[in-house]
Amino acid sequence: MSVWLWIVAVLAALLGLGWAGRALGQLSGRRRFRDMSLAEAFGWALALAALLGAAWLWTRPGAVYFRWALIGFAISAVAAFVFRLLGRHLGPERLRKQFRKMPLTAAFGILVIIIYAVVAIFAGWIAPHGQEAVLGAANVVPGGDPAMGGDPAFPLGTDRIGRDILSRLIYGAQNTVGLAFATTLLAFFLGGALGLLAAVVGGWLDQLLSRGVDVLMAIPSLIFALLLLTIASVWAEGARGWLTFYMVVIIAVIDSTRVFRLARSVGIGIVVMDYVEAAKLRGEGMGHLVFREILPNAMAPLLAEFGLRFCFVFLTIASLSFLGVGIQPPLADWGTMVRDLAQFINFAAFAPMVALAPLLPALAIALLTVGVNFVVDWMLHRASGLKS
Amino acid sequence: MTPLLEIRDLRIEGRSDEKWHPIVEGVDLTLGRGEVLGLIGESGAGKSTLGLAAMGYARDGVRISGGSVRFDGMDLLRASTEQKRSLMGRRIAYVAQSAAASFNPAHKLIDQHVEAPVRHGIRDRGESGADAVELYEKLRLPDPDRIGFRYPHQVSGGQLQRMMTAMAMSCRPDLIIFDEPTTALDVTTQIEVLAAIRDIVDQFGTSAIYITHDLAVVAQMADRIKVLLSGREVETAPTREMLTHPREEYTKSLWAVRGFHRPEKPAPAPGDTPILSVEGVTAAYGRQTVLEEISFDIHPGRTVAVVGESGSGKSTTARVITGLLPPRSGTVRFEGEALPAGYRQRGKDQLRQIQMIYQMADTALNPRQSVAQIIGRPVRFYRGLRGRALRARVDELMEQIELDPATFRDRLPGELSGGQKQRVGIARALAAEPRLIICDEVTSALDQIVAEGILRLLARLQDELGLSYMFITHDLATVKAIADEVVVMQSGRVIEQGAKTAMFTPPHHPYTDLLLSSVPEMDPDWLDRLLAERGVEGLGEAATDRM
Repeated sequence: MSVWLWIVAVLAALLGLGWAGRALGQLSGRRRFRDMSLAEAFGWALALAALLGAAWLWTRPGAVYFRWALIGFAISAVAAFVFRLLGRHLGPERLRKQFRKMPLTAAFGILVIIIYAVVAIFAGWIAPHGQEAVLGAANVVPGGDPAMGGDPAFPLGTDRIGRDILSRLIYGAQNTVGLAFATTLLAFFLGGALGLLAAVVGGWLDQLLSRGVDVLMAIPSLIFALLLLTIASVWAEGARGWLTFYMVVIIAVIDSTRVFRLARSVGIGIVVMDYVEAAKLRGEGMGHLVFREILPNAMAPLLAEFGLRFCFVFLTIASLSFLGVGIQPPLADWGTMVRDLAQFINFAAFAPMVALAPLLPALAIALLTVGVNFVVDWMLHRASGLKS
Repeated sequence: MTPLLEIRDLRIEGRSDEKWHPIVEGVDLTLGRGEVLGLIGESGAGKSTLGLAAMGYARDGVRISGGSVRFDGMDLLRASTEQKRSLMGRRIAYVAQSAAASFNPAHKLIDQHVEAPVRHGIRDRGESGADAVELYEKLRLPDPDRIGFRYPHQVSGGQLQRMMTAMAMSCRPDLIIFDEPTTALDVTTQIEVLAAIRDIVDQFGTSAIYITHDLAVVAQMADRIKVLLSGREVETAPTREMLTHPREEYTKSLWAVRGFHRPEKPAPAPGDTPILSVEGVTAAYGRQTVLEEISFDIHPGRTVAVVGESGSGKSTTARVITGLLPPRSGTVRFEGEALPAGYRQRGKDQLRQIQMIYQMADTALNPRQSVAQIIGRPVRFYRGLRGRALRARVDELMEQIELDPATFRDRLPGELSGGQKQRVGIARALAAEPRLIICDEVTSALDQIVAEGILRLLARLQDELGLSYMFITHDLATVKAIADEVVVMQSGRVIEQGAKTAMFTPPHHPYTDLLLSSVPEMDPDWLDRLLAERGVEGLGEAATDRM
């Protein structure tokens, strides 16, 4: 009960603060204060309170993660700024021009994607140990401080059977990102091409494809994937490479249903345009209609979907790995790593360093997701800017 | 007495490419009580922006950067949101161009009508409802007691525009801003709306700003006319003076636009094979028959105008000819040979011979292709030209449509003006080297000066290349300017057809007569005379018929 009273009291106090602040501002006679609604004033008061709260939290010794998050945010911002600055002054003129108009978020996204790509491609050279190497000391705490249970040889610690987490994170980029990217591309190729085809041809082909997609979507996707992978594992006869290949194809097919629906609905809006009619009356073939007339105009929503779909594929692979049919155990995968190290999260209150272990692969996923979406947002913005 | 609205040195800027560009540059405007001021100019002249600024309002991405707007002594640019809110709807009302887009489709018309008086506390719901019926009656809407209980999609466009005017009147405002209220309507419907608006403004002594690009319309409505050109005032004068003695060159050029007139070509010899003949075509969308027994011929080198109101089947005829809509019965012959019904069955050369130019150049050009790609594609597709030969041919086509290849070759459609886009559409049709071009309302989305340029271009191309045109339009001024023969259509039938001069001389078919007499003329007394001729009662009935 007293909690509710507290909440009400705090809200009332904020409202009072907002009202008082507005009244004070109105004394100055400025237009902005005169036309300000009470709701807006309340919002400003809330923002002020949140800022003060954050400053207070910063000084608390227990709020380790909060400080790390803020520091991480600041470092990211500075890195992105420096990256954009470099881009504006180095390289060919066309590239520089792009960088000049780029928002900071997009620069950050591009930086993240470049770093991930470099790490994934050169994983074998960068990683200090092999991803499958069992190095003896198990459950070494991240941080490399012997007093806290760390080991300078393993800066991010080791897992339960003594594999180096840093190395596994680096190899994970190769496995997880590579597979997720390939899967998403395949899903887009399948769903996009069929969706646009259904939109252009219409009639029975559209009915057939759309109803087929409805059937696929009616089955819960994870269970369906699991079922298909069980069948596939029999075909693969234990060959790890084949199993991974089947997994990519199966997830791509299941995810392509969403892409199909989007591509079809966007395509239907474009097919009725006069320029498509003009192309049809010219006698153009299906290839020209889909890839020259329609696809370039459907690019913006499809790209946005790509950013989102990429993240979902990521998570699907992680959950399949969790169930034992995804990326197979000795290979490092961020989803599997989160699951393996999950129980350490319980120590967060006593030993922040210990709880960091499962958060690192999660952070790796989150950072890439944010980066990809920043870049996609920027591309969308540019695409829509050209239209007007 | 102070004027009702006084705008001094108003400056408005719009934001694009991260910079502020001037839209209105120092316009003065004074509006007395009970006066109607007409604002005219081409699109982009800042008419609508100025109209909204008269309410102290600027759209998103637009800001009022200087000057003053005084409404009845109150400076709207310095007024608080609360003060402005108490004026909007109550003393200042706004009627938008598209009533269909301005009404909320989920609510009944009368519920939307009574909202303003109830919110402003002028009348309660019941009284407002009764008042609405009274206004509907004054605006000569059919069945005024019950029409308010319909949803917006259940009444016609012209009625909706009058409902909107009634709604603006609901609080008996001092000032109404009409932003092109009849532009989207057919000529015959336009008359009803014009007459209704003028009556009601007269009756209540309301002041109004009437924004339009149609000179003949503004001549009927306004006491004074102000001409705008790219955000500046050209001149202001009382209507009659402005029409008879325009002072500025620009105004004179606006007035002269309607002067373009092409003499009718001599009739073809009786034995000639027509380039296209439509023979007894009946077509339907599903069960709805839209064309019934249409027949007409187009002879080589001639222009046939197909006229009629929207919904009369003009564009459907074009769809049958191009093969997009296979007819239920009847044939289309090209140079005496029957064309296959569907475009998929036609050969490449048959498709090449008939090209189309569309009404909305915005949707007719692929926004992701450059001008050179758009024009180059048919050249490559039909003639197989590549590389330098292709480029030379594209340049030649661009010269023909009077666009400089060096400047425009690499532009995207979004970087072109409306008239330039339409020219690119023409070039794309020419690139196929057709014998017949179907022009579907090609000038109706353009300003008069630009439209005239397009008509002159089409006439020149016809002389040079011996093209035949089928010209679909609802604008009889265009027909007068360019046609050799006229086909009049009404609800899917051909009502009358013949040579242009014959068609424009009485006696006419009654429907042709209605169409012809509905075209506004540049004479301020035209509407009065017409209404007197037709009788006001007859007008009300005409409105009921069209439901």
